[in-house]
Amino acid sequence: MAVRVCLGFLILLLHSNFSTALYEDQVGLADWHQKYIGKVKQAVFPTQRTGKKRVVVSTEENVIASLDLRTGDIFWRHVLGKDDHVDQIDIALGKYFITLSSEGSILRAWNLPDGQMMWESALYGSTPSKSLLFVPANTNLGKENRILVFSGGWLHAVSSIDGEIIWKKEFAIDRLEIKQVFQPLESDIIYAVGFVGSSQFSVYQLSSKSGEVLKHNTASFPSGFCGEVSLVSSDMLVALDATRSALISISFQSGIINFHQTYISDLLQDFSGMAALLPVKFTGMFAVKTVSGICLVRVKGVSELEVIEKFNHPASVSDVLTISGEQQAFAIVQHAETKIDFKVKLDKDLRNDVLKETVEMDPQRGHVQKVFINNYIRTDKSHGFRALIVMEDHSLLLVQQGEIVWSREDGLASIIDSTTSELPVEKEGVSVAKVEHNLFEWLKGHVLKLKGTLMLASPDEIAAIQAMRLKSSERNKMTRDHNGFRKLIIVLTRAGKLLALHTGDGRVIWSLLLPSLHRSEACGHPSALNIYQWQVPHHHAMHENPSVLVVGRCGPSHDALGVFSVVDSYTGKERNSLKLAHSIIQVIPLPLTDSTEKRLHLIIDANLQAHLYPRTRDSVNIFLHEMSNIYWHSINVGKGVIRGYSLRSGCNLDVVDEYCFNTKELWRIVFPSESEKIATTATRKMNEVVHTQAKVLADQDVMYKYISRNILFVATVAPKAAGEIGSVTPEEAWLVAYLIDTVTGRILHRVTHQGAQGPIRAVVSENWVVYHYFNLRAHRYEMSVIEIYDQSRADNKDVRKLVLGKHNLTSPVSSYSRPEVMVKSQSYFFTHSVKAMAVTATAKGITSLQLLIGTIGDQVLALDKRFLDPRRTATPTQAEKEEGIIPLTDSLPIIPQAYVTHALQVEGLRGIITIPAKLESTTLVFSYGVDIFFTRIAPSRTYDSLTEDFSYALLLITIVALVAAIFVTWILSEKKELREKWR
Amino acid sequence: MRRLAEIIVSLLLLLLSCLLPSAIAGPSGPGDGYTVAGRVKLEGATSKGFTPMKTSNTKVILNGGQRVTFLRADGYFSFHNVPAGTHLIEVSAMDYFFSPVRIDISSRNPGKIQAALTENKRLLHELVLEPSREEQYYEIREPFSLMSLLKSPMGLMVGFMVIVMFLMPKLMENMDPEEMRRAQEEMRAQGVPSLSSLLPGRSN
Repeated sequence: MAVRVCLGFLILLLHSNFSTALYEDQVGLADWHQKYIGKVKQAVFPTQRTGKKRVVVSTEENVIASLDLRTGDIFWRHVLGKDDHVDQIDIALGKYFITLSSEGSILRAWNLPDGQMMWESALYGSTPSKSLLFVPANTNLGKENRILVFSGGWLHAVSSIDGEIIWKKEFAIDRLEIKQVFQPLESDIIYAVGFVGSSQFSVYQLSSKSGEVLKHNTASFPSGFCGEVSLVSSDMLVALDATRSALISISFQSGIINFHQTYISDLLQDFSGMAALLPVKFTGMFAVKTVSGICLVRVKGVSELEVIEKFNHPASVSDVLTISGEQQAFAIVQHAETKIDFKVKLDKDLRNDVLKETVEMDPQRGHVQKVFINNYIRTDKSHGFRALIVMEDHSLLLVQQGEIVWSREDGLASIIDSTTSELPVEKEGVSVAKVEHNLFEWLKGHVLKLKGTLMLASPDEIAAIQAMRLKSSERNKMTRDHNGFRKLIIVLTRAGKLLALHTGDGRVIWSLLLPSLHRSEACGHPSALNIYQWQVPHHHAMHENPSVLVVGRCGPSHDALGVFSVVDSYTGKERNSLKLAHSIIQVIPLPLTDSTEKRLHLIIDANLQAHLYPRTRDSVNIFLHEMSNIYWHSINVGKGVIRGYSLRSGCNLDVVDEYCFNTKELWRIVFPSESEKIATTATRKMNEVVHTQAKVLADQDVMYKYISRNILFVATVAPKAAGEIGSVTPEEAWLVAYLIDTVTGRILHRVTHQGAQGPIRAVVSENWVVYHYFNLRAHRYEMSVIEIYDQSRADNKDVRKLVLGKHNLTSPVSSYSRPEVMVKSQSYFFTHSVKAMAVTATAKGITSLQLLIGTIGDQVLALDKRFLDPRRTATPTQAEKEEGIIPLTDSLPIIPQAYVTHALQVEGLRGIITIPAKLESTTLVFSYGVDIFFTRIAPSRTYDSLTEDFSYALLLITIVALVAAIFVTWILSEKKELREKWR
Repeated sequence: MRRLAEIIVSLLLLLLSCLLPSAIAGPSGPGDGYTVAGRVKLEGATSKGFTPMKTSNTKVILNGGQRVTFLRADGYFSFHNVPAGTHLIEVSAMDYFFSPVRIDISSRNPGKIQAALTENKRLLHELVLEPSREEQYYEIREPFSLMSLLKSPMGLMVGFMVIVMFLMPKLMENMDPEEMRRAQEEMRAQGVPSLSSLLPGRSN
């Protein structure tokens, strides 16, 4: 009885807290977080003394950030909205960082030291146009500084102190395109120059006080302009003509416009093709980009152009930097195999280099894309230069004195896909963790931990515990562990780079800039698409390393030719690459492997023909055997059609190709385009494991889950309601959710939510689907769950039938047969917008599931699936309570301790990936966006292992106490017996 | 007289209803939308005191991410050029929980903007957003107490042992000695069942 009570107590203790909450001192034990900014577009170096050691940047991920020049750490950072692209940046008043974003409609000023937004101005335009920002360099700070912004056909003068619009002027002439806006130093006249149509050049002179036009001159040039201009001085600019083969220097001094045409072939003998002007700001010169390289040209007068220097590709030129008064400097970076040459020139002496350094460069970083230059004063009062370099893989480096001072792997801010790989098995004597020094040390460590758990430790001791935990080399080893916590996460970035991250601490094990995705003659605009498991050896071919398959395509359109690359997961070397002769529409990894454990993949091309990979005899034999069981479907969102296909041998190609198969359309579902538009689709994860098919209810009843690999969830919305919230009324909006069997095209279930709209996020697992959408009537977000049960097996409950063998449990589940399904569903309110949604996955599928919800605040919330149970009622019976059914509430709870990201944010969250560990209770969670975050969670706590902070000391003390008690009682009983005997 | 009072009251109400929204609806620009301006109040609710870093890391989100803006140093924010209709504003600030706010911009009555919390449908007269609660992301460690030690599995083990040690003899003492002896004899007569006697193969 006592044992029972005790056990009851224990169970109660274990279940008192069903979420996996974290103590503050456990941060960093199982998780890591890395902050990134993305590929840098623009950078400005503050010149004021307070900001000297910093650089402010804007990136392609819509991030603005201030970085430490000494270490590359982030001082502050803001992630702007997804459509709020930063067009121009600058610094005003020496203390404000000015950004112009959203096609020039939002101007913001940020405080340089802490990133606080100081003011924000909305600029309205009438016509879409290129946006320009000009912050006049002001020498006397007492004078009010005005920022000139040209956007949407209007020129605005904005006060840099509070963002007030002082005046604005519309340039309402048809087809006028303003190319440059500038105000010469110490002048009250603003110049706005541009083109009207393709052949007319126009100069406006405006008063900086009121914005009224003082002078307006136009002149036309018969052969036309292509639109690119480069300003060389305050009264001259250089433009390219319409054929991009001649330079036109235009002077507009005191209202007189002069043109002078110079053919590029006169300047450069080997010139051919088209030229482009580089958007760099130089005085007295400009840079032309040709097919063979970059050419710097000095402008001596309207008719006098002189080539200073030519650099072959790949090279990059920085903007001009003004140093000490009149002197100006700029940098050129040139790539030479594994080295880069960094040169700095002064405008006074263009023939010679003031600085020339050669830096070793990792070939995996690719070519130099951008360079930004900054100067500092050396101890001997001379000028030193440092350069911020953006590489092809989006990484950011700081080069100073011939060395890379720091580098940031900012490609990780644009992960497009990821997969995992096991680490190699630990071999005898390879790397065995050092055993703890001695028993005393070991015990001391555990006593410290015990003190920590009992809150008796002093701050010093807490620090010691933290250090001890983080030091434990166990989690960073390069071998497979017993629990399956140590793995490699292989991520593919938008730059076409593959990186392997260790799950222990997130360090990069290897990286590879895929050579097959490199720009070449045959492959114009390569882009990486997806990454798949190619070979996972476990039974056969054990000696081989696992490998991953990277699929890419050679252009932006769907019918561009495909690229294949197989990369070794341990070494990061490309094993082989393939230029495909067909396009890639869809990649289907099949649940089949060949004799060397290579997974078979079907590639569907634009002509709906299926190509089998790997191209071996063996794989074809395996495939042909299974071909009749393989079905696939395609979703055409634009046309609102879902089609199901089967495969057939033979292909209508000119050449006989035994690896090519034809497809045959089996079914199609066409959604009426006037009332429904496909918003989202979701399928089950291929590697998901379901432990049990039956669900035992409280009243000893059994329900059978309808578990099928071929379930497709489709949600459609009213075409009017496909936009953002606030664009439609509840009466015009509806959402229809479908569950479709992808083999037969049968609609298993269909439900309509009136007054609901997207964005919709959905996740399908086991026999249920959960989806998140916006309810316009209640004006709140909602989450719905649909669970499907197999009704045809429901009558197997009768024991007599089971005994007599009259059950259908052994008959195979087939998609061909018409299933009788029963559906249960329920909807709940959810407070936040959702950016991504996933479900935990464990090795055997026994552990209860949690939903991982990426909220609008860039946090990841773990929500028990039990909260999304359609059987929740307002007043559950005693039996239902025992089963674990939570009383019904109208909204889902948000428990702050259930955030798996605890006090961190995964800025710009885009995806959440769950990976089962070998330990059944544990799931590894990897979430990515601009930041990356990894942790491991145990949805029903770690019931199968002791936690890391398990107090061995307490156990030891208990055992000692028990042994002592045994001795004491033994002695006592001896004495008592003796006394008895004397009596 | 009464009628007059009624008219005055209704006029006052009308005036109020015209004045109140003006606090949140600014004049719109040349675009076709309206300006939604408001304020996020953080300092009032904190127990840790006002920290300026908090306002710089707070985002205000319109319609689930369609637009994002940031707070100025005084906590004010604004969305420009918002079309008429019903919108949703969310505030994302670490350590605080904000209820999303429903914003109705009337198209018939230009510039009239109504705001209400979506969680409890409470109307906001001014668009001042305050956190409904502070969020604690970590479990708080219980301070050391004897109870927590006793409640741990080890403590229970020791406790159970103590109970057996001290209470069982007491129970035995309360038993009738005659009965006790009888029970002991019974036990002896039966003998202790050993493993070997249970195994059929080994029995002779």
